[in-house]
Amino acid sequence: MLATLQAAPQSIATAASAARWLWLAVALPLAGFLINGAIAFWQPQAKRAVSLIGPGVLLGAFAVVLYVAKSVGGVHLEAPIIVRLWDWIGAGDLRIPLAFQVDQLSLVMLMIVTGVGSLIHLFSVGYMHHDAGYARYFAYLNLFVANMLVLVLGDSLPVLFIGWEGVGLCSYLLIGFWYQDKANADAGKKAFIVNRIGDFGFLVAMFILWYAVGTLSFRELAVMAAGAFEGHTALVTAATLFLILGCTGKSAQIPLYTWLPDAMAGPTPVSALIHAATMVTAGVYLVARTNVLFALAPFSSMVLAGIGAATAIFAATIGLRQYDIKKVLAYSTVSQLGYMFLGVGSGAYVAGVFHLMTHAFFKALLFLGSGSVIHAMHHAYHETHSHDDPQDMRNMGGLRKAMPVTFVLMLLATLAIAGFPLLSGFFSKDEILASTFARGHDEPVYYLFWALGMAAALCTAVYMMRLITMTFLGENRTGAKEAPHLHEAPWIMTGPLVVLGILTVAGGLFNLPAFVGGHHWLETWLEPVLAPAAAIRPALLPHGATEWALIGAAVTVALGGLWLGWRLTSRAVIVPAKQAAAETGFAKVLFHKYYVDEIYDALVVRPLLRFSESTLWKQMDQGVIDGLGVNGAGRLARGLGRVGSWLQTGQVGLYLVLFLAGALYVIHVVTR
Amino acid sequence: MPVFAPGLVGPALLLSAVLFCIGVAGVLLRRNAIIVFLCIELMLNAVNLTFVAVGQLYGMSGQVIVFFVMSVAAAEAAVGLAIVLSVFRHRATVDLKHANLLQG
Repeated sequence: MLATLQAAPQSIATAASAARWLWLAVALPLAGFLINGAIAFWQPQAKRAVSLIGPGVLLGAFAVVLYVAKSVGGVHLEAPIIVRLWDWIGAGDLRIPLAFQVDQLSLVMLMIVTGVGSLIHLFSVGYMHHDAGYARYFAYLNLFVANMLVLVLGDSLPVLFIGWEGVGLCSYLLIGFWYQDKANADAGKKAFIVNRIGDFGFLVAMFILWYAVGTLSFRELAVMAAGAFEGHTALVTAATLFLILGCTGKSAQIPLYTWLPDAMAGPTPVSALIHAATMVTAGVYLVARTNVLFALAPFSSMVLAGIGAATAIFAATIGLRQYDIKKVLAYSTVSQLGYMFLGVGSGAYVAGVFHLMTHAFFKALLFLGSGSVIHAMHHAYHETHSHDDPQDMRNMGGLRKAMPVTFVLMLLATLAIAGFPLLSGFFSKDEILASTFARGHDEPVYYLFWALGMAAALCTAVYMMRLITMTFLGENRTGAKEAPHLHEAPWIMTGPLVVLGILTVAGGLFNLPAFVGGHHWLETWLEPVLAPAAAIRPALLPHGATEWALIGAAVTVALGGLWLGWRLTSRAVIVPAKQAAAETGFAKVLFHKYYVDEIYDALVVRPLLRFSESTLWKQMDQGVIDGLGVNGAGRLARGLGRVGSWLQTGQVGLYLVLFLAGALYVIHVVTR
Repeated sequence: MPVFAPGLVGPALLLSAVLFCIGVAGVLLRRNAIIVFLCIELMLNAVNLTFVAVGQLYGMSGQVIVFFVMSVAAAEAAVGLAIVLSVFRHRATVDLKHANLLQG
């Protein structure tokens, strides 16, 4: 006993000194960005160096994170380790150091970002190797990882915001990576502008928190928020609602989700890394990070859960009728992010983070698998000089023979996302739905959210099995000439897939629930971080018969959905995209994504454009600013100058008379 | 310090005032640049006279300043005449009424 007491401070000091090395984890990708950026400028053909540096810095960062995790993992940290780098902002009472916060939550995120990031970098070596912008691509990707690490490591909202904006920038750059095509550039712009709306909410939330609590550091917020907001529920509700606005932008939730499906214009590994595994989960991370605020504002939590449930079912139904393989996965991502928000909104922060983790595994696998498929399709069409769409699932079919590794791995990921028993997605999704259901006992509206979540789970299983059936099963529809060119991807691409496949299957082990003999490792691990919220609004979990009934329902829905998806798709007559007839009825509404983009266009974009053109441009800018301000000032100066120039007759005599009068006046004044 | 002719100080100042006023009037009223120029010299010499006269009362420094004024006046005469000459070359007249390029 005495020995452990003595050992404890010693090992915390060791952990703290190990944590100091985390600056290297951020600096390595940043250095990679600079070097790859320099190569992109001066030696764009130097692909070998880029292949070494791009994934190399990520593996280095992963090693640093592993080292820190090993040092910190052995210690039970009650308070986070703060690694203070330098003072950043000092203005009045506002003192913000650039500091990193190392605790259980940031370590989990660090492992996901650098681990999955490394795999995706390796995959990219194969996927992007023939692209002219190879060095530029890795420069952007490295910069993204550096920013994402700042996001998860930041010890205060403003430092997190640096990363938040940085990943937004990299997302924009990578969505518009093939900027020669205007549609891609437009998609990048859309993502950037929609995210600006969310960032506005984030900023306002920071202002409110500074006004009410007087600190922006997470550690101090966790301690002081409960006291500062005592009797000011409206204030904390407002702050959290603005935070939610920020999260809906970054994490693609209703009403700001529209940018994510368009973001599929970027290269597929980018979709896997940024738009599935890491960046879009930043909103979930932010909520888990500020858990105490959401615990203090039950209304905001309910809004958050409602948004999550609505998004989950909404996006899942759209996914039922998409033909672009990446669009299906994009809507699936939106839908799964909805689950995570449902989880954190229900107070089950662990379940939310758990689903974030397992989703990172299986969605990265799905996206990289689809990348492998697109790679093969693109290659086949390239060989035969065809201009068909290599991403349209109607042009695929029967790919299991050509690409067996990809097929098996994608099938595993599909089963995981659908919630097939004992795969990773089953545990995380089940935990979210169970805690939502348990919350319903106190707040009945959560029963509705649970029902929506169950419906979304059914849709998920259906559209994912539809994807597998259309892509890999049945007869090939690519074309007689093209079919012989379809082949499996090289090992540098399948290797990362296999690793992700293992994680997809085994990811559930991280938080194995008691009913299969587990110990809720992740929950125990995250307990110190989530303690402030747990003290106010603990996560609820059903027990006994209710728990088993919920599991039974979830398994039934998952298996039923998978069967339904296979049955409906394999029975349907699918013709290649070029010969396909237009959709009709409700399918048409789904195919056109409920016309949300059109509605936003009519309700927001066009009125804003009209207002900008007629009022802001023609009246305000041209009339007031140019007319009164700029030209008005000039006209005033010219008028005064004309009056003044009347004095300038050019006659020396007049000047002399005035000079004399002035001199006499001065003498008069001086001698008086 | 000896005062050589204290009685002459008053008349000398009066004379210098008269000369100065003549100079001012000439500068203001005449149009011929040469005449105006001469009138400026007249004013300068009126001032010189003042210095000399007052120097009788307060010491030699007034007379020292006269030498400065004379040397500056010599330089000014050289520059001024050069300007008048170049104006004449360009305009074939030295009438100041026609030298009004600065009119606004």
